[in-house]
Amino acid sequence: MSISALPTILLLTCAWLALGVAGVVAPRHLRFVAKILFPASALFGIALAAVALSAAPAAPEEIVLPLGLPDLPFHFRLDALSAFFLSVLGTISAGVSTFAAGYLRKGEGTPPGLQCLYYHVFLASMALVLVADDAYAFMVMWETMAVSSFFLVTSDHRSAEIRRAGFLYLLVAHVGALSILLCFGVLQGGAGDYTFAAMRGQSLAPFWATVAFLLSLVGFGAKAGILPLHVWLPEAHPAAPSPVSALMSAVMLKTAIYGLLRVTFDLLHTQVWWWGVLALAIGLLTALFGVIFSAVQSDMKRLLAYSSIENIGFIVVGFGLAVTFQAYAMSSLAALALTAMLYHCVNHAYFKSLLFLCTGSVLHATRERALGKLGGLIHKMPWVAWLALVGTLAIAGLPPLNGFASEWLLLQAFLFTPGLPDGYLNMLIPVAAAAVALAAALSGYVMVKFYGVIFLGQPREEKLAEAHDAGIWERVGLTWLAAGCVLLGVLPVQVISFLDHVTKPLVGETLAQTARSGSWLFLAPINPDRASYSPMLLLAGIAVATAVIWIAVRRLYHGRVRRAPPWDCGFPLQTPRMQDTAEGFGQPVRQVFEPFFRMTRELPSPFDAAPRYRVVVEDHFWHWCYLPVARVVEKLTGVVTLLQRGRISVYLTYSFVTLLLLLLFVR
Amino acid sequence: MIAWSGITAQVIEVVLALLLAPLLTGWVNQCRAWLQNKSGPGLLRPYKTLQKLFAKDAVIASNASPLFRTTPYIVFGCMSLAAAIVPTLGTDLPFSAAADAIALVGLFALARVFISLAAMDIGTAFGTLGARREMMIGFLAEPALLMVLFTASLISQSTSLATIVERLAHMKLGIFPSLAFAGVAFTMVSLAENARIPIDNPATHLELTMIHEAMVLEYSSRHLALIEWASALKLFVYSCIGIAIFFPFGIAEGGDPLGLLYALPTLIFKLAIGGFLLALIEMISAKLRIFRAPEFLGAAFMLAVLALLIHELLET
Repeated sequence: MSISALPTILLLTCAWLALGVAGVVAPRHLRFVAKILFPASALFGIALAAVALSAAPAAPEEIVLPLGLPDLPFHFRLDALSAFFLSVLGTISAGVSTFAAGYLRKGEGTPPGLQCLYYHVFLASMALVLVADDAYAFMVMWETMAVSSFFLVTSDHRSAEIRRAGFLYLLVAHVGALSILLCFGVLQGGAGDYTFAAMRGQSLAPFWATVAFLLSLVGFGAKAGILPLHVWLPEAHPAAPSPVSALMSAVMLKTAIYGLLRVTFDLLHTQVWWWGVLALAIGLLTALFGVIFSAVQSDMKRLLAYSSIENIGFIVVGFGLAVTFQAYAMSSLAALALTAMLYHCVNHAYFKSLLFLCTGSVLHATRERALGKLGGLIHKMPWVAWLALVGTLAIAGLPPLNGFASEWLLLQAFLFTPGLPDGYLNMLIPVAAAAVALAAALSGYVMVKFYGVIFLGQPREEKLAEAHDAGIWERVGLTWLAAGCVLLGVLPVQVISFLDHVTKPLVGETLAQTARSGSWLFLAPINPDRASYSPMLLLAGIAVATAVIWIAVRRLYHGRVRRAPPWDCGFPLQTPRMQDTAEGFGQPVRQVFEPFFRMTRELPSPFDAAPRYRVVVEDHFWHWCYLPVARVVEKLTGVVTLLQRGRISVYLTYSFVTLLLLLLFVR
Repeated sequence: MIAWSGITAQVIEVVLALLLAPLLTGWVNQCRAWLQNKSGPGLLRPYKTLQKLFAKDAVIASNASPLFRTTPYIVFGCMSLAAAIVPTLGTDLPFSAAADAIALVGLFALARVFISLAAMDIGTAFGTLGARREMMIGFLAEPALLMVLFTASLISQSTSLATIVERLAHMKLGIFPSLAFAGVAFTMVSLAENARIPIDNPATHLELTMIHEAMVLEYSSRHLALIEWASALKLFVYSCIGIAIFFPFGIAEGGDPLGLLYALPTLIFKLAIGGFLLALIEMISAKLRIFRAPEFLGAAFMLAVLALLIHELLET
């Protein structure tokens, strides 16, 4: 079984590509594309995940395919790290494709068949990035992934705003790709052999290793959306159709994390402690920045996009801790941090894709993305609302769902940092733990805003009365992902024993013996005396307590209920406009974290007959990093345009001068 | 295997918490009345209120969703579970292995998120206002609470509350300056989390100042009773966390029922003092404007972080 895992995976990616090509055959035939191709794609996704899951414990497999350039065949390799990310890709894509089967519509920009092509090229390229084993194959797949997702982002290309978002995305993706390319250039160490096997064999000087690490941090960071390379994320995610935003946020960002792990722990042998501290600092800033900005958003998809930045921050924090521990040869703690981080990767993939898909359903039901025009949808869309509640609780990091499990592990890893041999680090890292706790608590705030404003309260617009619940395909897709959130939450021991296969080759240590020392019920990394957590018991406890109270109250008293208009302290008039808006809900965060924002306010004077209040919240980084660069580039292009006179005689003179110069040289 | 004595102790502690929680609230109210030179409503007032509320018909807003109706039960369930985790009488709690200090904070957060969502469910101005303020207090108080617990767990090398208490109970008093800072931070957090002056006023229905009361405005009868009971339970659990971490002496170790019996008067004594101090704090301080709450809780957070740093600097 395990011997043929890699060919099976390659075959499944080919099958995905074939589905994409089939879509082009009948690009406008919606029923064929949506009801046949996408469900088939979901099945392939499940198969891919199954193969990857079964292959993770096995030894790595390699294969060389004579594709690509004559002397440069594609190398593929499947090891536990690849298998882990492939399983995430497979299971998430199964849910998303099923949802997309019910989501696709005609008349939303690109015809369904073409979308199907881009979508499947995107899926296949992500799978191949994860198994690529030489720099050439990796870069080809990486670029295919970027370009196909660009086309997906700009599906609705008639809107100028979306085209702009797509451009920004492509730009940042290519800055990142350039950096990754340079990183591989450093990693091959002058040998000229660009296979990963050769790179593993190189032993780089500390300086060059550091250069390679920094280049990979920039390159993969641009894809993952770490500060300050995050600007494309809140633009591109809302622009894309919801299944695509779900896939990008859930899986594509994780391929960047995969790349970071691959370079740092696999291709480079030694780690330096300050790499980890750097990653930790950047991760913390990213997490805090993401969650604070997500609290003030008034577009539901932008809110989720910023929340993705936050979660990537958490993941990078875990990565930084792992690097630091590993640099000090504290392997079992590195394994703990790494496990927390990988766990958070898969958790984020589940709850974020679930929530993005929910916003898709809301978008189709109401044609509205602005939080200020939604509300009360729990009555009209109970399926979406209740499933979104699962995602909301999970992303807010509440027990017993999955978001909490990984945060718990991460905080446990922080609690072990006093064992580090460096005194300064010992003092600084608890402060970092405080920042993590703050960001985690803020994410609860954000998610209450997200859920409360969309699904609860009174509808803020009259047209919301016509909103309809999601169709059967969409419900199946959402349920699949929500079930993932619950299962990953209540079965942490099982998840971790799978993750051990991944951490073993990377840091040479696992949590297996200790994590399972209690029983299958109790998660106890390091030792049960120190800390243990059993979400299953917790869930059972909450369920039993709630049920007992309910029955007791019914038995001892009565269940009589009268319905009446809301009381609201006796105020007679209540309109939907009297509820908090999304902006109102973000106000405390705007006030508490004011220095984070670049705000321009317009306040009316007290004597204004028609007062208008306006506040524009912008990103400092946009003004600090991007606009200056853009201005310089514009100035330089201005200089270059001096050459362009638009007259043929001038151009002929250029050719003449060039010829003269060439003659001068040749002679 | 889990010992039966442990399970008995566990059940006793939860039942005791459920029964004593309204008494603690009554005691605090009574103390406050005395301090204000009033005769006071009597210690047993909360029980009578609960009894009255349970017997009434529930009136629910016409546009309430099922979430609104289930929330009181979930919140109550979370709080009773929290009572099961925190060592009150003894440290031999089998259930505390299921959730450590971090999970306890998560459990409080779960209850908070549910009650805030329920407050937004009807879509009234007060409900959303209360939810927003409650979540703001939450995101400021939660990390501070976590840092306090971290300080305690770094000292005792464990995040399991039972183990923390066991180890702290065996240490000499007064050698942990970090715990002093943490104690102040914890007091501030407890005031905020339990909707007390100076952050919130449990006795007010003055619209612009309320937080907790604004959220539960739409609840009536059994739902309100459960929420009131859950708040009382929350106060009880917080007091017990404070007692367990900062004044752990006198707590029973091991599941001996007789030990629990001895621990009971100590606990009641400590709670009585704590309740009186709470009433005193509420008496001598004025309620802060809501915009000042971030400063108050920010100070608590900083104190808790300082406690961690002091532990790193001086005590390792």
